[in-house]
Amino acid sequence: MIRFTLQRLGGAVLVLLALSVLVFGLIWLAPGDPAKLACGDRCSPAQIAQVRERLGLNDAVLTRYADFVRGIVAGRDYSTGTGVLRCDAPCLGLSYRSDRQVTEVILERLPATASLALGAMVIWLAVGVGAGLLSALRRGGVTERAVTVLTLAATGVPVFILGLLLLMIVCAYLRWLPFPSYVPLSQDPEQWAWNMLLPWLTLGLFESAKYARLTRASTLETLAEDHIRTFRAYGVGERAIVGRHALRGAVPPVIALSALDVGTMFGGAVLTESLFGIPGLGKTLIDGVRVIDLPVVTGVVLVMGAAVVLANVVADLLYAAADRRVVLS
Amino acid sequence: MTADLVEVDGLAVEFPGAGGVRAVDGLSFTLAPGGALALVGESGSGKSTVAGALLGLHRGTGALTSGTVRVGGTDVGSASARELRALRGAVAAMVFQDPLSSLDPYYAIGDQIAEVYRVHTRASRRAAGARAVEVLDRVGIPGAARRARSRPHEFSGGMRQRALIAMALACEPRLLIADEPTTALDVTVQAQILDLLHELREEAGMGLLLVTHDVGVAAESVDEVLVMKEGRQVERGPVGEVLRSPAHPYTKALLAAVPRVEAGSGVPRGSGSGGSGAVPAPAPAPSPPPAPSSGAVQGGALLEVSGLRREFGRGRDRVVAVDGVDLAVRPGDTLGIVGESGSGKTTLGRLLVRLLDPTSGRVHYDGREIGGLSERALRPYRRELQMVFQDPVASLNPRRSIGESIADPLRAAGTLDEAGVRRRVREALERVGLDPDRYDGHPHEFSGGQRQRVGIARALVAEPRVIVCDEPVSALDVTTQAQIVELLRGVQRDLGLALVFIAHDLAVVRQISDRVAVMRQGRIVEQGPVDQVYGAPRDPYTRRLLAAVPTLDPDLARARRTARKEPVPL
Repeated sequence: MIRFTLQRLGGAVLVLLALSVLVFGLIWLAPGDPAKLACGDRCSPAQIAQVRERLGLNDAVLTRYADFVRGIVAGRDYSTGTGVLRCDAPCLGLSYRSDRQVTEVILERLPATASLALGAMVIWLAVGVGAGLLSALRRGGVTERAVTVLTLAATGVPVFILGLLLLMIVCAYLRWLPFPSYVPLSQDPEQWAWNMLLPWLTLGLFESAKYARLTRASTLETLAEDHIRTFRAYGVGERAIVGRHALRGAVPPVIALSALDVGTMFGGAVLTESLFGIPGLGKTLIDGVRVIDLPVVTGVVLVMGAAVVLANVVADLLYAAADRRVVLS
Repeated sequence: MTADLVEVDGLAVEFPGAGGVRAVDGLSFTLAPGGALALVGESGSGKSTVAGALLGLHRGTGALTSGTVRVGGTDVGSASARELRALRGAVAAMVFQDPLSSLDPYYAIGDQIAEVYRVHTRASRRAAGARAVEVLDRVGIPGAARRARSRPHEFSGGMRQRALIAMALACEPRLLIADEPTTALDVTVQAQILDLLHELREEAGMGLLLVTHDVGVAAESVDEVLVMKEGRQVERGPVGEVLRSPAHPYTKALLAAVPRVEAGSGVPRGSGSGGSGAVPAPAPAPSPPPAPSSGAVQGGALLEVSGLRREFGRGRDRVVAVDGVDLAVRPGDTLGIVGESGSGKTTLGRLLVRLLDPTSGRVHYDGREIGGLSERALRPYRRELQMVFQDPVASLNPRRSIGESIADPLRAAGTLDEAGVRRRVREALERVGLDPDRYDGHPHEFSGGQRQRVGIARALVAEPRVIVCDEPVSALDVTTQAQIVELLRGVQRDLGLALVFIAHDLAVVRQISDRVAVMRQGRIVEQGPVDQVYGAPRDPYTRRLLAAVPTLDPDLARARRTARKEPVPL
């Protein structure tokens, strides 16, 4: 188990290294002069040259990549013209726009993204698994048909349409809630929850459809297995069969998929964040792209990659924990 | 009114749907308390459906059931859901065929037994846990208290079957329904399980309803047999009587098809010599004739291996599947390889046709060493070394016509044009007794036996010189099995092939082989001419295997059971 985890983490480092090469290469190939972008519109050529020198843009691309990787591992120093700015490891560079450390920016934005992803997971586990289970047990009935129609509809509606609809209905027509604006958890937990409610619902309901279908399929599969027949043949009641045996068999794939999805969302649920103005990683990325703040883009993409890779490891570990027959190697 | 444990009157079960099947068609029988009855029949005879009907398991599945079934005084047909649950497990308990899939993989075995016990007794968690350990101990699980915490996948096949029987015993039912309880097990383990069922009956006075396709298993275990065919009773009577002097032609044919280890020679038993079950078992005479002890057949071997070894995995996970095997086959000879599951016989078979690379050792074919050849260098030999696989369903591509599947080796060789290929495939189909016009049929349109014929045709079409058959008949009913064995024998004789016949069934191997090798843990423990190995086995393991094979003679079975009791079986 420990060996497996270490191996996978080692593999994760390699994947991230490859990803960094890719991102770095793409940005190097991108048109435009980063120094001009970083300096602003009203810079003189001399100023631009100065900025170029300061950002190390005159170095060969390999040197720049090496500096970048060294920065992540050991940190690096930037000269600001007047002094030295120390960027501690893991240093992902300085934002062209604000001269702030990218690592700092990401850490600042992470809590918002995490609140969104984890809250949404609670919704999709409750709604999705519940609906899936219900439709598996009421096979052939109205319930099943209703769940099928709803899940199909939810899968078909893009997440930003769903979010807009919720906003319009809940905030504009019914006026049950004010239009949400992000309040950090550390500042006011109650306000945080109220303001996150709609984003959670949007993302959670959107994902629920997938989970309902997965749960339904794996519950039906488990119910058809021989060991369920055994317990029926021994007089075990239907409720215990479903609650103890069928659900137990249906849970591992749900857990594994949840871990993967949360990992992906840690990299930012871009649409949902943009729609609700949540200052998370997704929004940071979009903003970074808009103003061509290359260090920020690189940093966020790497963190997203790391989240997905880590989520894969966690999903495997959770799967093995949920199903002891699985041997990790 | 009567005190019968089971009363079945005019039972009919129909599964509606496309081509609706009447699985059981007007079956009636009774079973007295403490009695033992076997339902014997080939696959599709409806025997398992009857077993399910005794517990009302067809309810809510869409099956149409008529007639009456009473078990322990409960009318299963009209009982309420609650009454039915009270019957299941407490009055009548069922032991299923596949012990791995019949237990919940996620829970400890002890917990599963305790759960069943609590359903019927309202015992406390602790008391139920204790009861689970008690019954696990009763069925001979060593270290029951500790093993109760294991999950099913941590048990061996035989142990799992014991655990299932323990679950059945938990509530002290009056009737045990065992549906093919030993089909998935090796003969030695099968003997242990059958002995256990016997002891339990004697001890607790439980009734036993055994469902099996294996007449030998029935002979070992019950007082009465009911032979079923297509959902109806063919014949019923005391086990000794039915097996010794069957009245009905179907029973006669069924018995005639059963291969025997006791037979005097490898000659097939024609129909009519059906009832010779009373031949005594070979005396385990430890007087070895001066036979060659190594695998070498004197001269003329077409395929010969020596010191053959194959390992899988590395480091701590390394498994030696084949461990220094010496064998030889001559053209026109059939070499049988018997062994229990995990003995390495399939690996050996694949090494022989070079589907696997040996870790070390020599494979000598037709005067050349082919053990170390690369895939490319092997290509000329591929046509001459063919294999027939166990599962005729899985080894045929369901999306391609059988003609195309058979044509594959020809097309790979690339020497014939389209018309030539088609002609040869039609010849091969005819040779294996299939209608050549079914060239374009797909596998699902064929029965199990016919599919195995297709598999044989595919091996034959390339005009091989060696065919290795890996468990070619173990998925088939006895009557089909006999036909396939007869076909293989004929093909081998006519074409002068070197045939290697791998099987776990000692009787089938005896039927077809000239020489036989007994395999255990990757090694050949004994090999020699069939009559010598079966008639005067020298290795203790061979003797144990032979003694575990069910006999068709109930009296002999009883005698052997007593003999087995002496050295306590694991």
